[in-house]
Amino acid sequence: MSLAQTEKYYLPQPSLWPIIGSVALLLMAVGGTMTMREIDNGGWILFAGLAILFVMMFGWFRDVIRDSEAGRYNQQVDASFRWSMSWFIFSEVMFFAAFFGALFYTRVLSVPWLADAETGSLLWPGFQATWPTAGPGLTEGVDALAGVSPHEFTPMGAWGIPAINTLLLLTSGVTVTWAHWGLKKNRRTQLVAGLALTVALGAVFLALQVYEYHHAYTEMGLTLGAGVYGATFFMLTGFHGFHVLVGTTMLIVMLLRSIAGHFTPDHHFAFEAVSWYWHFVDVVWVLLFILVYWMI
Amino acid sequence: MSDAAHAHEAHGHHAQPTGIMRWLTTTNHKDIGTLYLFFSLIMLFAAGSMALMIRAELFQPGMQLTHPDFFNQLTTMHGLIMIFGVIMPAFSGFANWQVPLMLGAPDMAFPRMNNWAFWILPVAGILLMVSFLLPGGAVAGGWTMYPPLFIQGGISYDLTILAVHIMGLSSIMGSINIITTILNMRAPGLTLMKMPLFCWTWLITAYLLIATMPVLAGAVTMLLTDRNFGTHFFNAAGGGDPVMFQHIFWFFAHPEVYILILPAFGIVSQIIPTFARKPLFGYASMVYATASIAILSFIVWAHHMFTVGMPVAGQLFFMFSTMLIAVPTGVKVFNWVATMWRGSLTFETPMLFAIAFVCLFTIGGFSGLVLAIAPVDIQLHDTYYVVAHFHYVLVSGALFSIFAGIYYWLPKWTGHMYDETLGKWHFWLSVIGMNIVFFPMHFLGLAGMPRRIPDYALQFTEFNQIATVGAFIFGFSQLIFLAVVLKAIRGGARASARVWEGAEGLEWTVPSPAPYHTFEVAPVLK
Repeated sequence: MSLAQTEKYYLPQPSLWPIIGSVALLLMAVGGTMTMREIDNGGWILFAGLAILFVMMFGWFRDVIRDSEAGRYNQQVDASFRWSMSWFIFSEVMFFAAFFGALFYTRVLSVPWLADAETGSLLWPGFQATWPTAGPGLTEGVDALAGVSPHEFTPMGAWGIPAINTLLLLTSGVTVTWAHWGLKKNRRTQLVAGLALTVALGAVFLALQVYEYHHAYTEMGLTLGAGVYGATFFMLTGFHGFHVLVGTTMLIVMLLRSIAGHFTPDHHFAFEAVSWYWHFVDVVWVLLFILVYWMI
Repeated sequence: MSDAAHAHEAHGHHAQPTGIMRWLTTTNHKDIGTLYLFFSLIMLFAAGSMALMIRAELFQPGMQLTHPDFFNQLTTMHGLIMIFGVIMPAFSGFANWQVPLMLGAPDMAFPRMNNWAFWILPVAGILLMVSFLLPGGAVAGGWTMYPPLFIQGGISYDLTILAVHIMGLSSIMGSINIITTILNMRAPGLTLMKMPLFCWTWLITAYLLIATMPVLAGAVTMLLTDRNFGTHFFNAAGGGDPVMFQHIFWFFAHPEVYILILPAFGIVSQIIPTFARKPLFGYASMVYATASIAILSFIVWAHHMFTVGMPVAGQLFFMFSTMLIAVPTGVKVFNWVATMWRGSLTFETPMLFAIAFVCLFTIGGFSGLVLAIAPVDIQLHDTYYVVAHFHYVLVSGALFSIFAGIYYWLPKWTGHMYDETLGKWHFWLSVIGMNIVFFPMHFLGLAGMPRRIPDYALQFTEFNQIATVGAFIFGFSQLIFLAVVLKAIRGGARASARVWEGAEGLEWTVPSPAPYHTFEVAPVLK
């Protein structure tokens, strides 16, 4: 391959993966809607869509990894990846901002408004603006999904599992950086060990989160239906947990690729992108810990 | 596939897929641009037919043609499809065709993702359109999707929420691609402040999309969980607040308004200098004005909510911040006029649409200023004055710029000149029809006719009849546009590389039609 060819911006050939992904999204949307509306076989269609989506992602990323390993990605392509990952993380920040915004709005504005003398006396006399709250008007039996009265929930405190989880995620931020140092100095053992540790920390975090949810639902009466506190609590921590799951999956792929001998000390943006993402998930958690768990 | 075979494939010595597979699997920015534009064209006729049904029903008071619930479905779907299925995909089509050509780039930064960003749009289109056939019909809660109404609807409401998610995904992927292309793929020497203004406006639009589409995704996700998973985000009984949806939604939807108009500014800023045969007046101020509009767009959202109840301090803040946007917008209008001042003007169809844009968009901008005044808005809120206002900015603004851009670049894309006579017919019928539809709506709104209502009091009849006549003139004259486009694709006078005498920029240095691959070796600019 001559120099001139290697310096060209790599343009991939036509690919089937995107249209396969579109079919997957169609099936997922239709199946998901059918499931939510309790129409027969919706679950199967949703499952088929998800399966196709996973095949698509596997195939598409396999193509990208092959392109990368074949040396088709020059400096300029690398810079494209850096820009795009930064903007993608920015879009994720804005997604979480919607839910943090909802938390702020209810805590600072709308719950106090509900309790103020003018509106409160009209709608729910005697309602006190406190946080956490399940709101003034939910009565027993309203919350059919959880089957418990939302009035009787216990808020999730900060200093049990959430504090341990904070420690786990902060440590994982250190281990992934340690792995990155290993990669840059071409110490492959340090790279693999650092990644394996990070994956393990992410997995323990997820396990503890599942335990916490189970505990909340079965013993604390804290459910998605527990008023606006339950809604913001589960949607914020739930979307965060989903991001940890995705991040852990990406870290596992990085671990497998590292074991397979991929990446060089100066060409490994996939690894860096995952570590950027992991740090982003970390920062979101710290905000969650302070605003959702601690300041109640 | 072995690595050797793969390497061979990468250098393009094998047959490209043909027929439908070419379009399904393409990674070429020109193919994908064409796909976006045709999708947009089809959706224009779909959503336009809905508008004509609305206008037909409103021709006289009383219920003639539709059931009130079906009327609500029409208004909702007309809005959703025109915004997400017509204007936005059309601008994406322009970006796909023109951004690499204007930058001297070989393609978009991520050709495979580019394909996916397009091909999930038809999925969303299917989810929306199919809901007309489902029990309960399509969504009827208004394109703004306000709870509690939106929480009470049937299956089509869930499908719409998921369609909005998918359209958002498409926009985010498309925007990341465009931003990356503009920041990283410019030809050597093409600095940011030398870029064609169309690229600047799309750069800023893409930023707005990435910043706000995820917020919309969050808002509709809350609707979805309130509907199906027992949350109480928008239910005061559970401590939530339906007004919170409006805040989150308009935090997205006001920047969205600029997403729908900034690329239009870009297109017009390309066309006016060409036909005035003068460089754009005040290029740098255009860039700064565009950026100012984008930044201000994040702090004006509650001017859509003056009537829902808000502290006076809030009303004042949102009123003044909204009025502030008139300053950079005024800079733009001034610059377009100054570009034409003492230029050697000729009036081909693209220029006609661009001039109509400047005049009529300004009317829409002024009625926006009227609506920004909080005490006035309390009178005009949810009346036909609002309908008149946003149709002046979206029809004679966004849509006219799209027509202008199509006429301007069609010779470059197809290699054939369009039919100038038909183009002029299309222009005059459109501009006259459009004003007949929407100008009377100002009077209707001032007289107090509410929007989104299938029936009305007798005193509104005359203006409604005028508007309906105009709507049919405007609607059917779009068939001329369809004919012009199809005719130019099939043949016509050969277009030169430069196409227009006064055209400047890299896209005019490649032959017409533009070859499948352009700028494989980057041009060097001095």
